[in-house]
Amino acid sequence: MSKLNARDLQNMNEKDIRDKINEVARSENIRQWDLGASVSQDSSVQVDHGEAKQMKSAQRSSITIRVWNKNGLVGITSTSDMSESGLEKGVIGAHEASKYGNPNEVPDFSPLAKAPLPELNRPIKETTGIQNLFNKLKTAEQDLLNQHNAINTVPYNGISEAIAKRLYLNSEGAHRELIRSQASLYLYARAEEAGRKPRSSGAVRLGLGAEDLDINSCVKEAASRTISHLNYKPIQTKSYLICFMPEAFLELIGAFSNMFNARSVLDGVSLSNKDSLGKNIAVPFLSLNDNGLHPEHIGASSFDGEGTPTRDLCLIKDGTLESFLHSEATAREFGVKPTGHAGLGAKVSVGPDWFVVSKTNEHSSKNNELHHIDCKHEYVLIESLNAIHSGVKQSQGSFSLPFDGWLVQSGEKISIEAATIAGDIRYVLNNILNLEDQPEVNHIGISPYVWVDNLSITGEA
Amino acid sequence: MAKLNVKEKLITAPKLNSQLKSPLEDLIQLGVNSGADFVEIFLESTDHIGILAELDQITNVSPSFGLGAGIRVFRGKQDGFVSTNDLSLTGLSTALEKALDMLGLIVNKTSKINFNGLLDLKDYGLNKNNWLVECPKIDQICDKLLLGTDLLNKKGKHLHVRRGSYSRALQEVLIASSDGTFTRDIRLHQSTGLNVLSSDGEHRSSIGRRYGSSSYPKDLDNWNTESAANEVCESAATMLYANYVEAGQLPVVLANKFGGVIFHEACGHLLETTQIERGTTPFSNKIDEQIANEVVTAIDEGYTEHAFGSLSIDDEGMEPQKTVLIRNGILKSFISDRAGELRTGHKRTGSGRRQSYGYAAASRMRNTYIAPGKYAPEELIASIEDGLYCKSMGGGSVGPTGQFNFSVEEGYLIKNGKLTNPVKGATLIGEAKEIMPRISMCANDLDLAAGYCGSISGNINVTVGQPHIKVDSITIGGR
Repeated sequence: MSKLNARDLQNMNEKDIRDKINEVARSENIRQWDLGASVSQDSSVQVDHGEAKQMKSAQRSSITIRVWNKNGLVGITSTSDMSESGLEKGVIGAHEASKYGNPNEVPDFSPLAKAPLPELNRPIKETTGIQNLFNKLKTAEQDLLNQHNAINTVPYNGISEAIAKRLYLNSEGAHRELIRSQASLYLYARAEEAGRKPRSSGAVRLGLGAEDLDINSCVKEAASRTISHLNYKPIQTKSYLICFMPEAFLELIGAFSNMFNARSVLDGVSLSNKDSLGKNIAVPFLSLNDNGLHPEHIGASSFDGEGTPTRDLCLIKDGTLESFLHSEATAREFGVKPTGHAGLGAKVSVGPDWFVVSKTNEHSSKNNELHHIDCKHEYVLIESLNAIHSGVKQSQGSFSLPFDGWLVQSGEKISIEAATIAGDIRYVLNNILNLEDQPEVNHIGISPYVWVDNLSITGEA
Repeated sequence: MAKLNVKEKLITAPKLNSQLKSPLEDLIQLGVNSGADFVEIFLESTDHIGILAELDQITNVSPSFGLGAGIRVFRGKQDGFVSTNDLSLTGLSTALEKALDMLGLIVNKTSKINFNGLLDLKDYGLNKNNWLVECPKIDQICDKLLLGTDLLNKKGKHLHVRRGSYSRALQEVLIASSDGTFTRDIRLHQSTGLNVLSSDGEHRSSIGRRYGSSSYPKDLDNWNTESAANEVCESAATMLYANYVEAGQLPVVLANKFGGVIFHEACGHLLETTQIERGTTPFSNKIDEQIANEVVTAIDEGYTEHAFGSLSIDDEGMEPQKTVLIRNGILKSFISDRAGELRTGHKRTGSGRRQSYGYAAASRMRNTYIAPGKYAPEELIASIEDGLYCKSMGGGSVGPTGQFNFSVEEGYLIKNGKLTNPVKGATLIGEAKEIMPRISMCANDLDLAAGYCGSISGNINVTVGQPHIKVDSITIGGR
C-alpha cells in the first residue's frame, strides 16, 4: 500500500528554483522578485454503507512569481508547472503583466521577511495510507448508523490526510520554509422517521495525522446533533433572545471579517474606515484576537504569503477596535508593521487566521445569569449558520441566513423545522447580553456561547 | 510494490494531441491487465487571466497557466481517482499505480486482457486552436473595463466603489479511456462584470451584474458597457434607500435570466445522479410522476450556442445531450455521468463535468432553464394582491435534506397587482418538492444568464434561465 512521505516533498529544491528565477530575471532586466510555492500530497475517502464510494489521491504543486520591472511596477503569474520551462514562462509572464502594474500602490518586500519566525510545535505525522483511512471511515460510518434507528445514511462523509510544503523566497535572500501535515474527518448524517421530514446534522474533526483524529467524539457529536433535530416544529416569525453556539458565532464573525481587514478598509468595502481604530464597536466585555499560532490551530503556519511572521493580534479589546489585519502595502499606508495576514499578489489580499473570542475580566456582562444549561427564558439556540456566501452583505453589515437550531422553552429543546435569522453585525456586537465563561475549541476557532438580544427569526409557523 | 514499466514516450509538458495515443494506450492496457474494469485518463492544459479595474485604475492583472492529469479506475461500482501535476510518463505511471492500488489491484505486466486500443482522435478542438490569439489583448480589455468604471462614475450617484472585472479561462483537454474514447477539445469561457457600492450616510447598497459566454473569442466586443453601467447604476440608486423586507409567507414573481437560480438550486441539483447515490433527493423513484405544476417544463441542455455552460464534449468525452428533465410537471430524466449510470442505472446524458484535472467528473448541470409559458410578465404581477417581485437574485444553495435558500439582491413589494417600494435583505427558503407544485404561471420571456456552480466536482461554468415565473407562496426571511 502506498504511503505519503515527508521526504518526498524535499524534492522541491529551493536553490534550484532561486537559481533559475535569478537567471531569467537577469535576462529580462527584472529589478527584484519574490515567490510563494507549495507542493502537497493528499489522500481522501468517502464511503456509502461500508463500501468505498470514492478514493482519491492528489499530488499538487503551484508557484506564484511576483516581479518588479525596471520602472518599479509589479506583475505576477501563477502556475502548476514547476519544471524549468514552467518557471521561465512564469517569470516572463509576470514581467509582461508588470506593464499593467498599479503605479498608485506598489507592494514591496515585507520588512519582516527575514525576521525570526515563531516556533510551531506541530510534529509532522507521516501519512498512513488510503486503506487505513477507508477502514477508519467505514467503522465510523457504521458506528454512526448504529446510534439511532432513524439514522439511515451518512450522505456527506470523508476522511483525508495530507502533507504539504510551503516556500517563500525573495531576491534579497529571504527564505521561509514549512512542512506540515493535517488530517480531517467529517460525518453528516441524515435521519428520517415515518411521516416526518428528513433531518441532518454532523460534526468535523481535525488532527495533525489520521491517528490523531478523535473519531469517537466525532461520531457521538454527529449522532447527538442529528437525533436532537428529529423532534422538530415550525417556529413563529418574531424577534427572539438568541444564544449562538461557539461555532455559529465564529461563522458570523468570520463572515464579516472585512471589519478588521485593512485591504477592505482601503478599498472602501469594509464597515470600518481608517478612523474606526480606537472606537467602540462592541460591548465592553468582548475581546477578539486573531491568533494563527494558537496551539489548537491545526493548520497553523509560521509565516504569511509575503514571508511575514504569524502572530497573535488583538483586534477588539474591551469592545474597542484595536488593530487591523495587514499586508506589507496596507501596513505601510497605515504606518504600522505588517501583521502576517497577507497573500501574495500584485494587489495583495489580506485575511484572518484563527479567531479567539473571549470575555474581558474587567467588565461584567449585561446579564451574567444567561447560560445555555439552565436558562429558563424562551430563547433560540443557534447551532450553525448556512449559506453564508449568499446571505451576508459584508459591505452593508446585514445578514439573512438559514440556520439549524432549537427553540428552548423552560429548558426544553425543540428543533426548528426551517427558519432564517436576520440582522446587522453592528447590532449583534453591541447587543451581546452575555459571553458564557467557558470558551470552546472547534475547527474554526475558539469562542464561548454568546447571547444576543432581540434578533429577527422567520419561520413557517 | 511493483513499478510500471512503460517506455518513456512523454515529455514533461506534452502537446495534447494524437501523438499521445500510443503511450496512453500503454497505460490503459496496463490498467486493464491489472484487473480494472474501466480506465480513464484526463489531461488538461490551462491558460487563464483575470483583470480588475477599480475606480479609474487597473489594479490587478493575474495570469496563470497549468498542466495536470486525472486518472480514474473503476472496479465494479468502486472507483479510485488520482490527480497529478507531473505529466511525465513516470508521473502518469505512478498515478495509475496509486489508483489501481486503491482498489486492491496489483500491477500485472504479464497478462494480456483484451483492450482494443483507442479510436482515432476525435478532435473537437481542431477549429479552436487560434482562439487564444483571437481573444482580446490585455490593452483592449483594460480599455473596456476602464470605460465601464468611467461610465459608472458619470451615470451613478453616491458611488463609493466602482469595479470592472474580466476573466478568461482557456482549457485544452485530452480524454482517453478503455472503451476506446479518445477525444480532444478546447474550451473558452470569458466573463465581464461591473460592481458598485453606493453609500449615503447609513444607507448602503451593493449591486453587480456579470455577463459571460463560451466559445466566442471576440465576445468582449459585444458587451454593451453603457447598457451594463446604466443597469447597475439604476439598481444601485433604487436600492440605496430601500427598507428591509418584512419576514413572512407571500406569493412571489421571480424575474427571468438569473431568476433561474431558483430552479437550479431547488430542483436541478436534486436531479443529478450523485444525489440518488447519496440518497438525498426526494425524486429518486419519481420518474414519470408529477413533481411540479403542469405549467413547468425544465430542460438541461449541453449545447446552446455561446451559452456559459455549453460543451462540445463533457469531461468524459461524450457529446452532451439536450435533456428534458421535467415535461408539463412530470419528471422525465436525471442528469447522469458514467459513475451515475453505473450506480443508478440512469443513462449518461453527457453531463460528466469537473472544474479541472484535480476532480473526478460528476453529474452536473450545464445550461438549465424553465421553458417559456403563455403569459406576459405583467400578467404575473397583476395576479398578486400582496407579494414580492424578485428582480435580481443573489446566490443560493441546497442542503442535505433538500432545503434550499437564496438571497434577493433587488426586490420590490407588489401591492394590488402593481410594483411599489424597493426592499432589500430578503432570503427565499423552502423545499423543492413543496415549491415546484406552487409555480403556477410562466411568462413568455425566457432568457439565460451566466453563473458559477460549486459542488462535488468543483466550480464549473453553468447557465441558468427561465421566463418570469410566479410561485404562489414561499417563505421570505427578513426582519
